[in-house]
Amino acid sequence: MSNILSVRNLTKKYTSGNKELIVLNDVSFEVEAGESLAIVGPSGSGKTTLLGLCAGLDRASEGNIFLKENDLKLLTEDQRASVRNEFVGFIFQNFQLLPTLSAIENIMVPMELRGIKNAQSKAVELLSRVGLENRADHYPVQLSGGEQQRISLARAFANEPDILFADEPTGNLDADTGEKVEKLIFDLNKEKGTTLVLVTHDMELAEKTDRIIRLKAGQLVNQYQTAVAS
Amino acid sequence: MAWRDARQNKSKLALFTSSIILGIASLVAINSFKFSLQKDIDAQAKELLGADLLIRGNHEISDSLNMVLDSLNGERAYEKSFSSMVFFPKNGGTRLVNVRALKGDFPFYGIIETNPPEAAQSFTDSKSILADQTLMLQYEAFSSDVAKLGNAEFEIEGQLIQAPGQSGIAATVAPPVYMPLEYLEETGLEKRGSRIQYLHYFRFEEGRDIEEILETLDPYIESEGLRIDTVEERKEDLGRNFNNLAGFLNLVGFFALLLGSVGVASSVHIYIKEKLNSVAVLRCMGLKGFQAFLIFFIQILGMGFIGSLIGAILGSLVQLYLPLAVKDFLPFEATFQFSLAAFIQGLFAGLVITTMFSLIPLAGVRNISPLKTIRADYDGNKLNSDPLTWLILSLIIVAVFLFGYWQMNELLDAFVFSGFVVGSFLVLGLISYLSIWSIKRFFPSGWSYVARQGLANLYRPNNQTLILVLSIGLGTALISTLFFIQSLLVNQVTLSGKGERPNMILFDIQSDQIDDIVKSTDDFGLPIMQQVPVVTIRLKEINGKSKLELEKDSVDEENEIPDWIFDREYRVTYRDTLIDSESDWKGTWGDKKYASGLVPISIEKDYAERMNVEMGDTLTFNVQGAIMKAEVAHLRSVDWNRVQSNFLVVFPSGVLEEAPQFHVLMTKAETPQKSADYQRWLVSEFPNISAIDITLILNTVDEILSKVAFVIRFMAFFSIATGLIVLIGSVILSKLQKIKESVLLRTLGASRNKILKINLLEYFFLGNLSALTGIALSILGSWTISYFSFEMDFTPDYTPVVYIYFTIVFLTVLIGQANNRTILNNPPLEILRKEAA
Repeated sequence: MSNILSVRNLTKKYTSGNKELIVLNDVSFEVEAGESLAIVGPSGSGKTTLLGLCAGLDRASEGNIFLKENDLKLLTEDQRASVRNEFVGFIFQNFQLLPTLSAIENIMVPMELRGIKNAQSKAVELLSRVGLENRADHYPVQLSGGEQQRISLARAFANEPDILFADEPTGNLDADTGEKVEKLIFDLNKEKGTTLVLVTHDMELAEKTDRIIRLKAGQLVNQYQTAVAS
Repeated sequence: MAWRDARQNKSKLALFTSSIILGIASLVAINSFKFSLQKDIDAQAKELLGADLLIRGNHEISDSLNMVLDSLNGERAYEKSFSSMVFFPKNGGTRLVNVRALKGDFPFYGIIETNPPEAAQSFTDSKSILADQTLMLQYEAFSSDVAKLGNAEFEIEGQLIQAPGQSGIAATVAPPVYMPLEYLEETGLEKRGSRIQYLHYFRFEEGRDIEEILETLDPYIESEGLRIDTVEERKEDLGRNFNNLAGFLNLVGFFALLLGSVGVASSVHIYIKEKLNSVAVLRCMGLKGFQAFLIFFIQILGMGFIGSLIGAILGSLVQLYLPLAVKDFLPFEATFQFSLAAFIQGLFAGLVITTMFSLIPLAGVRNISPLKTIRADYDGNKLNSDPLTWLILSLIIVAVFLFGYWQMNELLDAFVFSGFVVGSFLVLGLISYLSIWSIKRFFPSGWSYVARQGLANLYRPNNQTLILVLSIGLGTALISTLFFIQSLLVNQVTLSGKGERPNMILFDIQSDQIDDIVKSTDDFGLPIMQQVPVVTIRLKEINGKSKLELEKDSVDEENEIPDWIFDREYRVTYRDTLIDSESDWKGTWGDKKYASGLVPISIEKDYAERMNVEMGDTLTFNVQGAIMKAEVAHLRSVDWNRVQSNFLVVFPSGVLEEAPQFHVLMTKAETPQKSADYQRWLVSEFPNISAIDITLILNTVDEILSKVAFVIRFMAFFSIATGLIVLIGSVILSKLQKIKESVLLRTLGASRNKILKINLLEYFFLGNLSALTGIALSILGSWTISYFSFEMDFTPDYTPVVYIYFTIVFLTVLIGQANNRTILNNPPLEILRKEAA
């Protein structure tokens, strides 16, 4: 299988005043197409930063990231935006739905940005796939956390992305709802044949992926195949 | 807590403070200017008149009146004043001057300022004159040179720098020349047809009751057709001369403060919106609603005080620089001192508007639920149902009215202005609701994604349409109203018909001289552009009632006819046609030939309104002794800004031909040389005829007008700057929300271009909606103000408004895009982290 994501000697530094803070230090790994991968580690270990860099939301200080053979370092912000729109889906811990758009409009955004004609009917399909067809015209503030995350999931799959990045997708949800959302993520992932990269504290969730990468103080300390993969 | 919270929000509070600073600076500068002007007028009124009392007329007073005047036991001085030509034999220069032949110790108050200073006294001791300094400069004349007035030669004793009551504009038309009265006869200028003013000056002992003297003199003044000036009247006259300027300044002050108020309301609204979550958290910890309100109220009041203080200091400093701009067009020395009253008023007004206009957004703080920390409720554009908000709104309307009354001192004006503001507010609110409704109802689904997003942002939850249209629209309405009124005032005093206008006017031509003058002018190769006979008459009665009878009859101030309608002399002409500068208003001139009975006359329409007469009313005139009854048969509109001989009253042909009269002739000399040759010939052949080369006057008038316009613009600048702060504040209002939306769109793959276009379209729609509504309101407002307050026809210059429209739309879009700058130039994660922090 070919690699959909390659991370090579990745370093990310932040400067605050005169101080330099190294958040990620010389991290390298590969992700194959169709694989599911969990990034775990204690708070402040650089998990979310790594996810953001892999998804092209930020620039690396050193090293390279290849997403679908695109060297993200060489791309402008607009080119990275178009890579995201074409290949990437996102799920955030705090859902990040556009507060001024209704549920269906939120799902339509990636498709409309891409110029897909039948965006609305596809959005309706996705809404019913996540079980929220009766919430189409509700605004985010009118939805519960679980509902918002399901809309966010439908939005993430709207463009049929090659790779899905999920940042603590169940972190803000209660156990029951979290479980339902988890199931939906994995079901949709399988159904659409998408690669999944997720950041989590929840080892139980991480163990459901094919492989786990463990970060500590910005360094990749180990990685291993899970029982799912074997 | 208020202080701790404020430390972290300096830049946001600075936006709020800057609108207060500019609004108050503008108000204090304007009011200080007004106070200084009034103070100077009060202090210098005696010196402006030069006496306690002045009686003047165009004929000698009767012996009986002279005896009464003697019995008043005051100190007397006497002057004969008239226009004539001065001739400088040294270089052949001639110029129309205002000859003031003096006897006695005038001025009793103030001084005639001369160079050398002693010349002011010594010129009366010999056959010498004082000549205006610009006149001497123009003709390179010096002390001891000879100047000729009529047939007599005088030695120039000194340069006249300033005399009581002399203004720059009057001196430009006919510079003053003082001479001893005893040599007047020698000049030969005092003969029949000369328009001489006879002036009697009086000084009385301190504390003498002038009113009592006026009562004694009244019957004589009435019967002999004289006019009386007192110090009090002179103050009123001076005040009246600056009425329009003062009215405009009042308007600028009123608008500046309103714009400042809109700035306060919108910046406090922004500030509080950002604080909702913090307040909810504090409420969770047990903070009471009123305590939450107090935290922000103390902050806002503190900043309001600092802003008002800085504004008051800035305003006081600014007005100290105004004398440089205005000194040339004021007939007295302008001093401009720091005005404590204006300072305190500014400070007070600042605190009042801070309190009033911040209360609406602040009132909502009391009702922030602690539940907001765990569940943000959807709230659209619902009208606030808090009764306190409605109470505050009502108080604001009352405050706007009271402020209008305080600033303009007129109940009607205050009603009109506050009505305009409240009406504008309602119209703008209605327009934005209608726009939101119609965009939703008729949404163009077929448009591109970018266009649909831009348009849909206008009605989506938490949209800024209402607040931006209200603040930008009201700001636009106020600013373009200022421009409209400013252009109306400037147009009122600008001369029109530049191309073929005459540049030389000859007057005092006697009937037996006119044929010779016309022929000789023609021989000189100069065109006769206008030649009119002028007859001097006085008004005796309106509809058979004298001034006294009308005064008794008048029940209210509205219908009262001003004194000067009867007191003044009318210079009228006679003809059966209208000239270029005139047009029919009511009736047609020239269609009725006079045969007998009432004489059909034409009256200028505005003047008829001031006289309170209409078509068909009768007027009785005294035509130099002969009583003549006339009927108002025609009303004319006159363009006074044309260089023409324009008249308030026109008689038909066949009535006044035999009355004593003089003629006015207008011509045009192509070159200064030709003008000088012609004037030299005229003064040698016809010394009684006065000629004015108005090229110089037109240039000077243009210069003075541009200075007046400068003061107007200088003051308006502050209001406009405040308006811009409002605009910036209004757009920044939406910054937080815009950042979040744009970052998410960017994360989902929207290109820079798409985000730019979505925002551009949204702000373009908003800018257009606000600017167009604001301008439409300002047209209505300016019409109302010009009609009710300035009593002018509303014929505005629309050019500045076109600029205002483009500027407002451009600025709205530009400032809206500036909001997005950080988002577009930086990676999304960086901004998400910053925003989270």
